[in-house]
Amino acid sequence: MSNKISAKERMRIERQSMPEQDATARAKNFQEVNLGFTEQLALLEAQRCIQCKEAKCIAGCPVMVNIPRFIQCIVDGDLPAAARSLLGDNALPAITGRVCPQETQCEAQCIRGVKGKPVAIGYLERYVADWAYRQANGVAGDAPTAPTGKKVAVVGAGPAGLTAAGELVKAGHSVTVYEALHQPGGVLVYGIPEFRLPKQIVDAEVRRLQDAGVQIECNVVIGRTYTLPELRERYHAIFIANGAGLPVFMHVPGENLKGVYAANEYLTRINLMEAYAFPSAGTPVMVGKRVAVVGGGNVAMDAARTAQRLGAERVTIVYRRLRADMPARAEEVHHAEQEGIQFEELAAPVAVLGNEQKWVTGLRCQRMELGEPDASGRRRPVPIEGSEFEVECDVVVVAIGTRANPLLTATCPELKLSRHGHIEVDSHGMTNLPGVFAGGDIVRGAATVILAMGDGKQAAQSINAYLKTKPV
Amino acid sequence: MHRIVANRRLSPNVIRLDVEAPRIAEIRQAGQFVIVRRGPKAERIPLTIADADAAAGTIALVIQAVGKSTRELTALQPGESIQDISGPLGMPTELIEKGRAVCVGGGVGTAVVHPIAQSLHKRGVHVTSVIGGRAKEWVIFEQELRQLGDVVVCTDDGSYGRKGFVTDATKDLLTAGGIDIVYAVGPVPMMRAVSNLTRPFGVHTIVSLNPVMVDGTGMCGGCRVEVGGKTKFACVDGPEFDGHLVDFDLLADRLSTYRIQEKAALDHPDGTCRVGL
Repeated sequence: MSNKISAKERMRIERQSMPEQDATARAKNFQEVNLGFTEQLALLEAQRCIQCKEAKCIAGCPVMVNIPRFIQCIVDGDLPAAARSLLGDNALPAITGRVCPQETQCEAQCIRGVKGKPVAIGYLERYVADWAYRQANGVAGDAPTAPTGKKVAVVGAGPAGLTAAGELVKAGHSVTVYEALHQPGGVLVYGIPEFRLPKQIVDAEVRRLQDAGVQIECNVVIGRTYTLPELRERYHAIFIANGAGLPVFMHVPGENLKGVYAANEYLTRINLMEAYAFPSAGTPVMVGKRVAVVGGGNVAMDAARTAQRLGAERVTIVYRRLRADMPARAEEVHHAEQEGIQFEELAAPVAVLGNEQKWVTGLRCQRMELGEPDASGRRRPVPIEGSEFEVECDVVVVAIGTRANPLLTATCPELKLSRHGHIEVDSHGMTNLPGVFAGGDIVRGAATVILAMGDGKQAAQSINAYLKTKPV
Repeated sequence: MHRIVANRRLSPNVIRLDVEAPRIAEIRQAGQFVIVRRGPKAERIPLTIADADAAAGTIALVIQAVGKSTRELTALQPGESIQDISGPLGMPTELIEKGRAVCVGGGVGTAVVHPIAQSLHKRGVHVTSVIGGRAKEWVIFEQELRQLGDVVVCTDDGSYGRKGFVTDATKDLLTAGGIDIVYAVGPVPMMRAVSNLTRPFGVHTIVSLNPVMVDGTGMCGGCRVEVGGKTKFACVDGPEFDGHLVDFDLLADRLSTYRIQEKAALDHPDGTCRVGL
């Protein structure tokens, strides 16, 4: 079959929509919302790519995936080649194809977006990655490199750590990943819900890394079980990617009432600990009839949509700016709207209200208006005097970000930190301690999966270069 | 996997498990705890390390069987295993260098004061342990604590030792004077009572808090407590705090968050230990 089409035909193809579960049905289940492209949809969408000579989309990608190359393989009907190309650039494409904010990265650069809609790069990436997972014998990768005899420790089995581990083992190093929780995946397993990223995909990625030789040790808390100086004695290089897990609270009265959760706790109970299956799973969670979620990022959307799926009657997102200003991926906001999540825009909580037994009964908010732009370029929300109102709720989920967790850094005072406790690195991802690299949220503050992965990839390259200068 | 090497009943509902965890046994310090997850689908529960044998590579966990998860743990027999043990977590106990310390243990909390008494004794601090229970069969760790100093045993019904609460005996020691520090671990009302007791004497008092926890690394914020008007995470900032500054009402209240669910779990057909069976 020839898939050759004229330029005119190419330009006439509209962006293909992602098939998704019906909004009413999915608001009651945890199955994945996006169902994935069919072969036909993938081919049509792939044909929309005009194969720019100097493809800007590649520069828009934090891990520099050669996008036109793998898309051309789809057009050619050669999925093994598409998979080899994609996996060579990106260790976790089934994950990034699902959770990347493509609209601000690769797709924002797509030339077809100038006069229409950009190529659906994320959907195509997912299509190829999912195809690769269905292949029983896997996809032939590069031949394994000869062992270097160098030992590298990775702290944290989240997106940054797993990406780095994959790259480092490919380079022939002996790699051990230390994970504090009982299961590898980091935010991919405790944070991002099943309906957005099925756990079996994360499990498959982890297994693939283990098959490639990566050792993963769970229940090891660096900073407690071992200190960073101890790791430095045992390993030739270290990559710290322990995340920024320290929840930020609102610091308003009533925040310690029963029914107030940090999003980290709420989502961890449900995703990692399977509280949705309580009592056949051991961890409980307060489901809530009326749930208020504070924040406008992906985590807020995840918490709100999770509450809805657990059976909450009304879920309200409280955000101090406008919906258009939300840092969440556009698709998540859109999906949340479709599923019936309420949005209380231009509202900031001033107190959590409770009854005599100290259970949450509501969230008192203040109406905001937008003033002058702030450092982020967005207009700063300013409270309107006398505008207080209440959102009735029995559960409040606070999803306004995280700070750097000091557990590891506190055990290594020599490690240079920023004012906010994040680890400082140079342009190669190396800290002030030779051989100690860092990346992901512990360096950036709360960012995205793909930026963490980009750091992991870069750190692995820097570690390779660093280790070449060291004797075994 | 962490193999159980011994399961001993210490009181009608308190079990001591000795479990293989060599790294933790080697480095743990008084006041630290572990998070234990028995197996798939099980809850993560924080348990203070009551003792450790670095040579044997084992730690002692003293568990009161109250809910579904703790009943499942206490039912584990030698040869069976706990899938996940993470630690040692939390800050080590603030120890004094010399002088006299009183270690007050109520119920299962007596197991938590044991490593504190051990460390103090090792430094040459004079330790008086005041331990108690409802009746004789509820008193635990008496012999172990006798190795480390004086022990005053109190029982509510007077069936063993002195009749009355641990607070009465503690008050007598404070009145007699010369006490540099008090460590108190037990039910919330007992820790509150001891802290209220020591305050007028101006004796520094440390309590070990046991709020609801999930990860134990500061990530979830579920274990937040108020100390001196500031919110702290017990898992990373504690679990031990200045008893004179702790908001015990808040702690007691937050501990009741899942009471309804916990009862439902025990009544559920999936529960291994059904009430009334």
